[in-house]
Amino acid sequence: MAARARKSAPKKAVDHALLGSIPAPEPAKLSKDEELKAYRDMLLIRRFEEKAGQLYGMGQIGGFCHLYIGQEAVVTGIQMNMNDGDQMITAYRDHGHMLAMGMESRGVMAELTGRSDGYSRGKGGSMHMFSREKNFYGGHGIVGAQVSLGTGLAFANKYRDNGNVSVSFCGDGAANQGQVYESFNMAALWKLPTIYVIENNRYAMGTSTKRHAAQLDFSMRGVSFGIPGIQVDGMDVRAVKSASEYALNHCRNGDGPIILEMMTYRYRGHSMSDPAKYRTKDEVQKMRSEQDPIEQVKQRIIAEKLATEDDLKVIDKEIREIVVDAAEFAQNSPEPDVSELYTDILL
Amino acid sequence: MPIDILMPALSPTMEEGNLAKWTVKEGDKVGPGDVIAEIETDKATMEVEAVEEGTIGKIVVAEGTENVKVNAVIAILLEEGESAGDINAEKSSAKSEPSDDSSAPAKDDSKAASVPAEPIAVEPASDPDIPEGTKMVPTTVRVALRDAMAEEMRASDDVFVMGEEVAEYQGAYKITQGLLDEFGPRRVVDTPITEHGFAGVGVGAAMTGLRPIVEFMTFNFAMQAIDQIINSAAKTLYMSGGQMGAPMVFRGPNGAAARVGAQHSQCYAAWYSHVPGLKVIMPYTAADAKGLLKAAIRDPNPVIFLENEVLYGQTFDVPDMDDFVLPIGKARIHKKGKDCTIVSFGIGMTYAIKAMEALSEQGIDCELIDLRTIRPMDIPTILESVKKTGRLVTVEEGFPQSSVGDFIANKVQREAFDYLDAPIISICGKDVPMPYAANLEKLALPNVDEVIDAVKAVTYAG
Ligand SMILES: Cc1ncc(C[n+]2csc(CCOP(=O)(O)OP(=O)(O)O)c2C)c(N)n1
Ligand SMILES: [Mg+2]
Repeated sequence: MAARARKSAPKKAVDHALLGSIPAPEPAKLSKDEELKAYRDMLLIRRFEEKAGQLYGMGQIGGFCHLYIGQEAVVTGIQMNMNDGDQMITAYRDHGHMLAMGMESRGVMAELTGRSDGYSRGKGGSMHMFSREKNFYGGHGIVGAQVSLGTGLAFANKYRDNGNVSVSFCGDGAANQGQVYESFNMAALWKLPTIYVIENNRYAMGTSTKRHAAQLDFSMRGVSFGIPGIQVDGMDVRAVKSASEYALNHCRNGDGPIILEMMTYRYRGHSMSDPAKYRTKDEVQKMRSEQDPIEQVKQRIIAEKLATEDDLKVIDKEIREIVVDAAEFAQNSPEPDVSELYTDILL
Repeated sequence: MPIDILMPALSPTMEEGNLAKWTVKEGDKVGPGDVIAEIETDKATMEVEAVEEGTIGKIVVAEGTENVKVNAVIAILLEEGESAGDINAEKSSAKSEPSDDSSAPAKDDSKAASVPAEPIAVEPASDPDIPEGTKMVPTTVRVALRDAMAEEMRASDDVFVMGEEVAEYQGAYKITQGLLDEFGPRRVVDTPITEHGFAGVGVGAAMTGLRPIVEFMTFNFAMQAIDQIINSAAKTLYMSGGQMGAPMVFRGPNGAAARVGAQHSQCYAAWYSHVPGLKVIMPYTAADAKGLLKAAIRDPNPVIFLENEVLYGQTFDVPDMDDFVLPIGKARIHKKGKDCTIVSFGIGMTYAIKAMEALSEQGIDCELIDLRTIRPMDIPTILESVKKTGRLVTVEEGFPQSSVGDFIANKVQREAFDYLDAPIISICGKDVPMPYAANLEKLALPNVDEVIDAVKAVTYAG
């Protein structure tokens, strides 16, 4: 009976909201100030990361060091819409997120070099950095763990009814972890104000999405929980901005969690020691030359005469100075005092 | 000023590599991101990218050179307006051996800085005085735990309970009975069966300053969540340089129940006690359960609170006081004695007490210490007792290797070697997964006779 009724039911247009994936909103029209801010913020991340790579090469930064180069538009576009009380949390590819949240280049770089002026006083390193003041909740080394933690931040927001939203970032590889779906379920069940940003940079270390994911459309990963998702051009800061504006409103309206799949790309290896033999040079070069997030903004600024090449050179120079200063600071800051070995274990 | 291009370190462990190939030649213009050379390490061939814009002024290390030390100058880059002539002018003032660049902290493994002494633990407070005339109310451990949570939830809105079946079902073991009625679903939260996820949600909430009590239906299932407990809850305070931690309690029944087999019968006291950044409590009496759970909820650190299903229904006197809180980290001397020290905790106390009573009839006077807190451990109280009795037996249900008892034995042999009149014996569960069959299960657990025999052995009472 039921089957027959279904058969004769009139065909409905596909309901994207029910499917989980909704079309991306039009890329935002950025004002002159916004374009220039986007340019500046992304350039700071890029130059900072290049410098980090250089310091790594000099042996000043140890261990693992995961650079964000290529993905700058994602965190920059999202941060543009965030309110002061909103929280951010991500995994180990975190330097860009911290800079976007307004943490000081000096403190971040000094943590990379393991010095006492680092955000964690040298005890966390590249992958584990936090700022209570800037609402940055880390910096986590266990793939996927930050998604449950970010869901907990949203739980606290709802518990306190403070109107804030937590933004939890994870990679395409992390999106296969079980606890991510445990979190999706709870967030949808309890209508928690959280945005799950899946930064799809096409690889989890050396494994491409085609080899690690049964459902390649990550914006659909919330379907079975009724969580809507949007697939976004993560190389275009305008597209990121409009999608995250939509998502933040969705959360603030009390409609529960939402997924933003950011189609992006990392230019460098997974970490410093990855020769990236699993992809062709052409693939990287093509992304760089055709979709670079910073170049896109630059082209628009010039084309729309929002600023001149010379104006941009001034910004470039300022950014370089900030980064050089941060690197010097980070190399001159003393190593933590040995007494720090036993501090911050218990309160 | 010409820029030195240095042999880069390409992995956490690389010290030198082979300069396999130059992909640029002197005079070539390069920009950030351009590949300039290929380097071989023992693990892989990697590309070296230019970081600055400029012209390759001089190639210092020829391609094909092997074992080039990290940080050696391999080429010199000229910036806009500079020429090869600038290199030499610069060179004379530059350090000839870039590897002795001392801006990096000295890496001299031969003489590592001496490890600072472990800070001396602050002496935990003693149990509060119970005012004369205080009514002692016979209470089950179950109700004591519930009362502790209810009192702390009344005291602070930041405290909430979450877990499977804690709300509408009133708790799988009825520990949260009545809490939903009093505090409502905002603060008594039923979760899906999703230990890893809700432990992480609890830690995230705690990082913002809320005080979650995360109930595990049993600690066996917390294995799914142990990553969040250890990697997130226990380590964040340290990794954040003291900026944020996880003020919260993970609680639930731990250890063997009865006839539930290997996956549902395991003691985690030794497991969690291994981890810096956690406190671990395992009470035996109802009064300790109440006073220590209240302390755990107030504690600014993540606390593992190990209960026991077999003890839930047992009744003990609990002082009827407005705010009965006990110090974490303080052992309780259950009974004074002079011939042998027995140290136990949690359900282990049931064996220890019976053994002590039997031994007393045979003229052996034991001093019995209930640890109550496993971490931080009250070693001074144990030492003081052993210095008096000269003998020590520990009793617990967990597996023998790396047991709590073994840790105690190590501390005691170091600190009180000269006082010992016999080897230390740790009585544990057997080194097997818990069997289901009634007879085998009985054998797998410690038993009273084993404790009696151990005490007799160390007191040479034959
Ligand atoms: C639980 C866990 N498993 C494995 C690893 C090792 N690991 C670190 S990053 C990574 C790949 C993750 O890729 P993705 O989530 O796509 O993030 P991306 O690096 O691309 O930003 C792996 C396997 C880890 N850190 N944690
Ligand atoms: Mg990835």
